[in-house]
Amino acid sequence: MLLIAGLMAALFMSAPAAGASTHAAATDMNVQTPASVQAGEFQNRISGVLRNAEGPLADVRISVTGEGFEGETTSDDNGSWTIEVPEQGAYEVELDESTLPEGAALAEGQENPRTVTFAGTTNITTLFLFGEGIVLETTSFWNVFADRAVAGLSFGLLLALSAVGLSLIFGTTGLTNFAHGEMVTAGAVMTFAFAALGLPAFVAIILAVIGGAALGYVQDAGLWKPLRKRGSGLIPMMIVSIGLALALRYIIQFFFGGATQQLPGAQGRILDFGPVSISQNNLNSLITSLVVILLIAFLLLRTRIGKATRAVADNPALAAASGIDVDRVIRLVWVVGGALAALGGILWAYYRPGVSFNMGQQILLLIFAGVVLGGLGTVFGALVGSLIVGLFVEVSTIWLEADLKYVGALLIMIIVLLFRPEGILGRRERVG
Amino acid sequence: MDFGNILALAFGEIISPTTAAYALAALGLAVHFGYSGLLNFGQAGFMAMGAYGYAISTLSFNAPLPVAVLVALLASVIFAVILGIPTLRLRADYLAIVTIAAAEIVRYIVTTNSLTNITGSANGLAGGFENGFFALNPIPEGTYNVGPLTMSEDSLFVRLVAWTIVALACVTVWLLMRSPWGRVLKGIREDENAVRSLGKNVYAYKMQALIIGGLMGTFAGMIFTIPRGAVQPANYATELTFFLYTVVLLGGMATVLGPVIGAMIFWVVLSLTQSLLFGAIEIGAITFLTNVQAGQLRYILVGVALMLLMIFRPQGVLGNKKELAFA
Repeated sequence: MLLIAGLMAALFMSAPAAGASTHAAATDMNVQTPASVQAGEFQNRISGVLRNAEGPLADVRISVTGEGFEGETTSDDNGSWTIEVPEQGAYEVELDESTLPEGAALAEGQENPRTVTFAGTTNITTLFLFGEGIVLETTSFWNVFADRAVAGLSFGLLLALSAVGLSLIFGTTGLTNFAHGEMVTAGAVMTFAFAALGLPAFVAIILAVIGGAALGYVQDAGLWKPLRKRGSGLIPMMIVSIGLALALRYIIQFFFGGATQQLPGAQGRILDFGPVSISQNNLNSLITSLVVILLIAFLLLRTRIGKATRAVADNPALAAASGIDVDRVIRLVWVVGGALAALGGILWAYYRPGVSFNMGQQILLLIFAGVVLGGLGTVFGALVGSLIVGLFVEVSTIWLEADLKYVGALLIMIIVLLFRPEGILGRRERVG
Repeated sequence: MDFGNILALAFGEIISPTTAAYALAALGLAVHFGYSGLLNFGQAGFMAMGAYGYAISTLSFNAPLPVAVLVALLASVIFAVILGIPTLRLRADYLAIVTIAAAEIVRYIVTTNSLTNITGSANGLAGGFENGFFALNPIPEGTYNVGPLTMSEDSLFVRLVAWTIVALACVTVWLLMRSPWGRVLKGIREDENAVRSLGKNVYAYKMQALIIGGLMGTFAGMIFTIPRGAVQPANYATELTFFLYTVVLLGGMATVLGPVIGAMIFWVVLSLTQSLLFGAIEIGAITFLTNVQAGQLRYILVGVALMLLMIFRPQGVLGNKKELAFA
């Protein structure tokens, strides 16, 4: 009860922020809508965005003719243009090259005028490419592979952040925590709420990670510690965590709404490093998670409290007998696990990109897959397992449909359990 | 607020085909979890097998009703075997993760765009797969009064068939669990190794229990989908399984009638809270909620109820504390 009250209080604080930012987002959308839209005249639209290497091209005249209709428009400040047409069919789109700004010219081989045809949808987009340098290159398999592998590494590391926390919690308390996905969501939602209050993104992220740690602490103090004291079994605790996951998910939706929102700076630049290109955000995410994971590894291996944590994960009773304060270690594990999950959620929000109330639930099974692959309860196993899952998910999109990419990772988990149920780094005795 | 109407709606939930489907699927879970101790979190997958197995064989292959039902049941048995081979040897928490993953794999596969022709991807399937069922309706056309409710002959037929199946399933489970087979199953729940030392093939018993409970889930999937006339992949997400667990825990997980009563309580409470909240918003008694938020509040309640039940009354309304699948 205390826990629920605490959560409510925490979320009520962020609620007005979320509400306010929805309005802010709505206004932004209005700004982006091209000024030249003939408001809702017809249902079918032909649109596009004009930009060259230097940025968007404004005030370029575009005309559309066909099906007995003629219309023209000019591109707005963002370079986007839209013409609504009465019926679906074939239209000729012409860009008036004399209205292009100085220095801009259509790229070689760009058809102008060109014919576009509606195929079952009410929207068609046609892009005019500008200037030299934009060539539709055919990328080699290894280029695609390298791109996917780097993205997978970034994804795997962010999974690892959440997985390490989950695995530590399992190791020290035996709890399979289905509410971990909601701790991931909470990190992203809190960042969004703090950013909507007007705080800079950097501060918002730090506050959200602290908030995640607080959520972990509140969960342990208000719910899990009393349950441990009552001597609840592991399966009842697991089902309680499912109830908590449902309650938290809908509490978040209650305040945040069902829509997907963007964190500040969600659309980063794309960086090119020779054969590999990666977005700025993915690179930041990769570096952040790598640094944090190395830090956790250092703490676990080299500090007193880290050693105590590993001892508790290994055998709580023996650790208690040798004078380690088990409750203190577990509390610390929950706090660190909550902070790591929140950070993982923020990086996941940039990776997707977008914040939504069920984003944590979407990767919960992948986190589990990483933990199980590595061996439940082992920290470094969780890291290795998550990396494998992340890489596999991204690389498999070369062959698999993108909407099936999680299936491969889950299948691998099931197959590994078939042949080596203790996981890659786990020990045989853990499975009974 | 019209309280008569609110109560009539709540009564409608008690006999609705959705409640019957929940009761049946939860009964399957009782066989898995309550009687055998198998922590199956993939019941949504078994329900999807029923809904999609039936709808696809009807729509894509024009199969008549009995064939379509058989296809769905066969698909469910195959799913249970594939799921069971790697998982039934695992510890309970691994089993939970693997079954939940398997159910999600099913959902991803029926949602993928590359199979749109067969599964309808995210839009699901519709278009008359229920006609074969309603063609069997022997009840003459007209409107019928059931308590405070008025319904068409088709609605009445669906309810009669659904609850007949639930009743048959209850009798089956009751008979099974008082047979020697059921006693072995309960023995496995209490102590697997003891049963094994008596020379029983624990693995085979668990597999049989998984298949039987899964078949109930499959029937539930069909009952769930036929009155709707549409299959939606989003209906078969992990939440469905979690709701079913709430239902089982509410009623009592190692009982025959517990899941049925649990399903009824679950839907009546959801219906009452929704009607009362909407009514209160309408007359202005509650101003800090929108209708959408009131809908979400109900699911927060489900989550909190699941937690509280598990902590304070894990045996549910009808259960016996000695018969819990866990210490």
